[in-house]
Amino acid sequence: MIVELGHFALILAACLALLQSIVPLYGASKNHAGLMAVGQSAAVAQFVLIALAFAVLVNAYVTSDFSVVNVVENNHSAKPMLYKITGVWSNHEGSMLLWVLILSLFGAAVALAGDNLPPGLRARVLAIQGMIGVGFLTFILFTSNPFLRVSPAPLDGQGMNPVLQDPGLAFHPPFLYLGYVGFSVTFSFAVAALIEGRVDAAWARWVRPWALAAWCALTIGIAMGSWWAYYTLGWGGWWFWDPVENASFMPWLVGTALLHSAIVVEKRDALKSWTILLAIITFSLSLVGTFLVRSGVLTSVHAFAVDPARGAFILVLLVLAIGGSLTLYAVRAPSMAGGGIFAPISREGALVLNNVLLTTAAATVFLGTLYPLFLDVVNGPKVSVGFPFFNRTFVPLMIPVALAVAAGPLLAWKRGDLRAALQRLWFAFFATLAVVLIGLYLAGFKPVLAILGLGLATWVGFGSLCEWAERVKLFRIPFGESWRRAIHLPRASYGMTIAHIGFAVSIAGIAASAFETERIELVHPGETLQVAGFNLLFKGTEKVPGPNYIADRATIEVRQNGATIAVLHPERRFFTLQQMTTGVTAIRSNFMADLYVALGDPDDKGGATLRAYWKPLVPWIWIGAVFMALGGLLSLSDRRWRVGVAARRRVPAAHPAPGE
Amino acid sequence: MRRLLYLLPVALFVAVAVYFLLALDPNRDPSRLPSAMIDKPTPVFALDGLAGGKGLSLDALKGQVVLVNFFASWCEPCRDEHAILMKLGKDSSVQLYGIAYKDKPEDTQRFLQQLGDPFRAIGLDQTGRTAIDFGVYGVPETYVIDKQGRIRLRHVGPLTEADVAKELMPLLKSLQNS
Repeated sequence: MIVELGHFALILAACLALLQSIVPLYGASKNHAGLMAVGQSAAVAQFVLIALAFAVLVNAYVTSDFSVVNVVENNHSAKPMLYKITGVWSNHEGSMLLWVLILSLFGAAVALAGDNLPPGLRARVLAIQGMIGVGFLTFILFTSNPFLRVSPAPLDGQGMNPVLQDPGLAFHPPFLYLGYVGFSVTFSFAVAALIEGRVDAAWARWVRPWALAAWCALTIGIAMGSWWAYYTLGWGGWWFWDPVENASFMPWLVGTALLHSAIVVEKRDALKSWTILLAIITFSLSLVGTFLVRSGVLTSVHAFAVDPARGAFILVLLVLAIGGSLTLYAVRAPSMAGGGIFAPISREGALVLNNVLLTTAAATVFLGTLYPLFLDVVNGPKVSVGFPFFNRTFVPLMIPVALAVAAGPLLAWKRGDLRAALQRLWFAFFATLAVVLIGLYLAGFKPVLAILGLGLATWVGFGSLCEWAERVKLFRIPFGESWRRAIHLPRASYGMTIAHIGFAVSIAGIAASAFETERIELVHPGETLQVAGFNLLFKGTEKVPGPNYIADRATIEVRQNGATIAVLHPERRFFTLQQMTTGVTAIRSNFMADLYVALGDPDDKGGATLRAYWKPLVPWIWIGAVFMALGGLLSLSDRRWRVGVAARRRVPAAHPAPGE
Repeated sequence: MRRLLYLLPVALFVAVAVYFLLALDPNRDPSRLPSAMIDKPTPVFALDGLAGGKGLSLDALKGQVVLVNFFASWCEPCRDEHAILMKLGKDSSVQLYGIAYKDKPEDTQRFLQQLGDPFRAIGLDQTGRTAIDFGVYGVPETYVIDKQGRIRLRHVGPLTEADVAKELMPLLKSLQNS
């Protein structure tokens, strides 16, 4: 009965979404306040209904209600409670429900937090959100209903893929979807602006917080996925250029470009139609990602169970959403006059460079992901694309991005002085030189690309610090005065500095992977394995029962200079239900480097193959991502203050709100 | 003219959408791509082996029914598949050969040390030239070559237990008896 209630709530939500997509749009065209206000109530009610449906499904999992097909297929009574809950979104139907839940969450957020928006714009944005909602709710109801019953109900479920029973992966989809779906708001703003035929600085100021929020969530989501791959797969890799990884990475790249180009619209009233296009493309790539993962057109280890009917349905949605918005763009965008004029060497120019490089990088990833599919469809020659392709095309595009990140913020708007900007970066320049020279001295010329990568990271990191020092006039005015300036710098400025430093930290982590050492050996109890100055004493394995698995748990004493500094327990877990073995690595991290031990195949004399890695700076890859997201959040907190209050409270002349 | 530029995004999207539509063809199983090479003679190749290994050439395979697996150490699905290859390698009735695709020899060596070496011999295709001749779409891929040296089956993506039981073993048996 409760399950049917969830189904019913979902149907009601679809009806409300339909209402939300028509009435406010009509109201906005007639400038009728009452009809426009329908959008807000509908958006909030839609969220409440979908949340109810979602809660019903969670309840069915928690109580192991095996009269529901979806629960039978993905749940098991012996599964730990955490994975009963996360199991809700570990499958196609449940994850689609999470997708629309987050979509309606953003819709409700626009409805509730958008009091400073012009009513017409808000009504249109909500109408577009409603249309996306109609599309995906009908998709769920007609092709992927999670509330289907089965009779007679089986005694127990089929369980969940053991690989997914991991805390890192459990929370990776919600963050990823917050990012993917969050970009629906910028998409709706872009389409609404095209309908109104008006884009101005105020529009950019309303859009940017949404883009920032989505971008932060996507950054965290991607980082979590990569971190999960690193610690579970047991050989230390953390990025595979897998089609599904690429599907999340492409919106991130274009979304990053969007964040930066929206600044130009806000401050200088230029790049308007380009920004609109980026907003459309970012969400379009999210939709394409959804299509690729769920239609079965590509083979991937991550792909969901597939059904051609679902693929066809999503393709129709893609054509309506992307085709529709791009057609509207083709009709309306040419009449959007660009505003501010700027010289190539200027802050705007630097941001344009950033945009060109990031979108080219996204296009490269797009080609690398889909090229094999395209050729296959036309039965053309088969070409193979893999790791080598991405390393040779993507990495060279990121080098100029990194070079420009340090200099860009030092250029003035309209017309900048590159030489003056570079002069202010002298400290970063010498720090980079020092890192490269010390690196070459210590490591020799062999890993020269890795050393240059570390140099690049130094350049970006110290360049960002130089920019901050420049702003507070460090060492040029009395320290107290600098301190006062530092306190009064806007949070958005700190957000940028921290995010750029995060980028530097990630580059360093990636570059340093060339310096890792590894040792793979068959060891017997009492034997030791040496890696990077550590002695790993293997004391044997024991069987340890888990809730739904039996683990071989190794005990390894880590000794350095004769003293035991840690005891590690890598495991191999055998899941009895699925007859599958997964590995659990043991990682000892001090944030500067990881000691990474994975347990391999046992032999019949109590021994086992151990894989031990010493990975310098590898945690920095994810620490950098966390910095980027924190920078985004800091900037977001600044935005909220300005967006929420600036309309009513005049900002002091010292910091004129741009575009007013 | 300027207006045409604004039409470019939607035109590109239409092209992509048409491809997506074609890709949705229910008869197209992405893991069993129709290969233009089926029943055609296997492309000629002669590849170096790992240090101490003997390498792999087409001539050496003539007259027997063989499985040729394209793999790479950087390929995640290859690791998933490897346990099944290890089983096949232990089966004395199966002639399993490997071609390491666009991989450094030392990485290949390490990969096989870690996970075991099921192959009777390994060829190193560092340029990817042989893979192009075969029409490899991506690694892993597995081919069945009959006694006359013709390609009889192409399997794209990692092999599963079911693929081996239902598809591979029956075909190998019938080819060996013919």
